[in-house]
Amino acid sequence: MKVSMTVNGKSVSRDVEPRTLLVHFIREDLALTGTNVGCDTSSCGACTVLINGESVKSCTTLAVQADGADVMTIEGMASEDGTLHPIQKAFQENHGLQCGFCTPGMVMASYSLIKENDHLDEKAVREGLEGNLCRCTGYHNIVKSVLAAASEMGA
Amino acid sequence: MYPASFNYLRASSVREAISMIGDNEDAKFIAGGHSLVPLMKLRLATPSTLVDIGRLTDLSYVREDGGQIAIGALTRHRDLEISPVLNAKAPIIAKVAGQVGDPSVRHKGTIGGSIAHGDGASDLPAAALALDAVFVAEGPSGRREIKSTDFHKGFLETALAPNEVLVEIRIPANIKSWSFQKFNRRAQDWAIVGVAAVKNGSTRVALINMGSTPLRAAGTESAIQSGASLKEAASQADLGLDPPGDLNATVEFRRHLAHVLVGRALEELG
Ligand SMILES: Cc1cc2nc3c(=O)[nH]c(=O)nc-3n(C[C@H](O)[C@H](O)[C@H](O)COP(=O)(O)OP(=O)(O)OC[C@H]3O[C@@H](n4cnc5c(N)ncnc54)[C@H](O)[C@@H]3O)c2cc1C
Ligand code: FES
Ligand code: FES
Repeated sequence: MKVSMTVNGKSVSRDVEPRTLLVHFIREDLALTGTNVGCDTSSCGACTVLINGESVKSCTTLAVQADGADVMTIEGMASEDGTLHPIQKAFQENHGLQCGFCTPGMVMASYSLIKENDHLDEKAVREGLEGNLCRCTGYHNIVKSVLAAASEMGA
Repeated sequence: MYPASFNYLRASSVREAISMIGDNEDAKFIAGGHSLVPLMKLRLATPSTLVDIGRLTDLSYVREDGGQIAIGALTRHRDLEISPVLNAKAPIIAKVAGQVGDPSVRHKGTIGGSIAHGDGASDLPAAALALDAVFVAEGPSGRREIKSTDFHKGFLETALAPNEVLVEIRIPANIKSWSFQKFNRRAQDWAIVGVAAVKNGSTRVALINMGSTPLRAAGTESAIQSGASLKEAASQADLGLDPPGDLNATVEFRRHLAHVLVGRALEELG
């Protein structure tokens, strides 16, 4: 079945089996391997991408469900010239990552969270990222990063 | 993990969805896919055909209709959570929806999917039960209404025929006295035991994960009716029920949780 969507601002179109998960479409068909598969059971958030600006677990979404959608992955966050997005920069500056495996999902989920909330505090960030697991950082610096990014982005 | 192969059809109207599914008992509707896709990945569900109703955006609404609120079955948890109508007139639904899974789950999952899936561990079906909701289903011969108390038949089994689409959920408006208690270990998890309670004339108490379907705490409800104290009523929460034991909780612990959580809910109702 033919699936077309916009990914990181570019139109893409591929023939896929209906059972293709969005995360495999992104990683294997489009060779965008920044989006990770962690648990593969909808729990860890490593596979989080944006669909029409909202965070979604791409391991639990069929590519055909995203047909026609506007999808954004971690590769689409920095500008063309390599300037990091304020969220990426905040993670870098606040030591919001260690091994980095959860980070693409954390950044995408944070983007959605910041867009949806005018006033984020520590509790709201911890609750808002409850679907994203990190095995390294203990979350403290992730929360710090998101709060820093939110104030940079005017939320 | 890939699901088993299936044919995929996308419906652009309820009528079309019903005719696409036809009399194929192996076919399934997919709304947000956040219960169905995980089951398909584990090969616990292997439908031969999926009929995608996820684009029926005209079934995504919350509106006041007389003394009632009508909620379109395709309304996502996120849209329930922030709905001004629900937050003003039936905040229990907005609050319950806001605690389903995590934000990414709430961007995809729908109220219709939660109810039609028929899992006793789900939150919104219990809230609907406490509200004495009415479900509207559409099939080949038109629409019919199903009472929430008649809807859930067993684990993942409902009163819907395979070719019926759940189109609307109707609840009373002006719900002022309500409580939602969800006990879990980690923030995004399902309830180990949960309680949705509403006082609106009579007091109705529904239980989450105390059996294979969402259930009413009949023992508690009749104790209240016969004038028992809140404490006595709460101690009847598991009367006649057969809760499951699993990795998260033994049967005894679930019974204990039901007593404690129903007690808290009744106190909050006042
Ligand atoms: C990580 C994670 C955590 C979760 N946590 C919770 C939680 O804490 N509490 C909770 O209650 N739920 C939880 N859920 C489940 C979530 O609420 C689902 O979104 C919901 O149960 C199903 O909605 P859906 O639209 O995704 O349905 P789908 O998965 O698309 O469908 C589910 C079933 O219902 C049928 N169906 C769907 N819509 C209709 C319709 N309109 N008419 C007829 N049949 C229909 C389908 O055929 C299928 O059998 C969680 C899910 C995940 C992935
Ligand atoms: S890989 Fe998707 S949630 Fe873990
Ligand atoms: S930085 Fe290693 S999992 Fe989060």
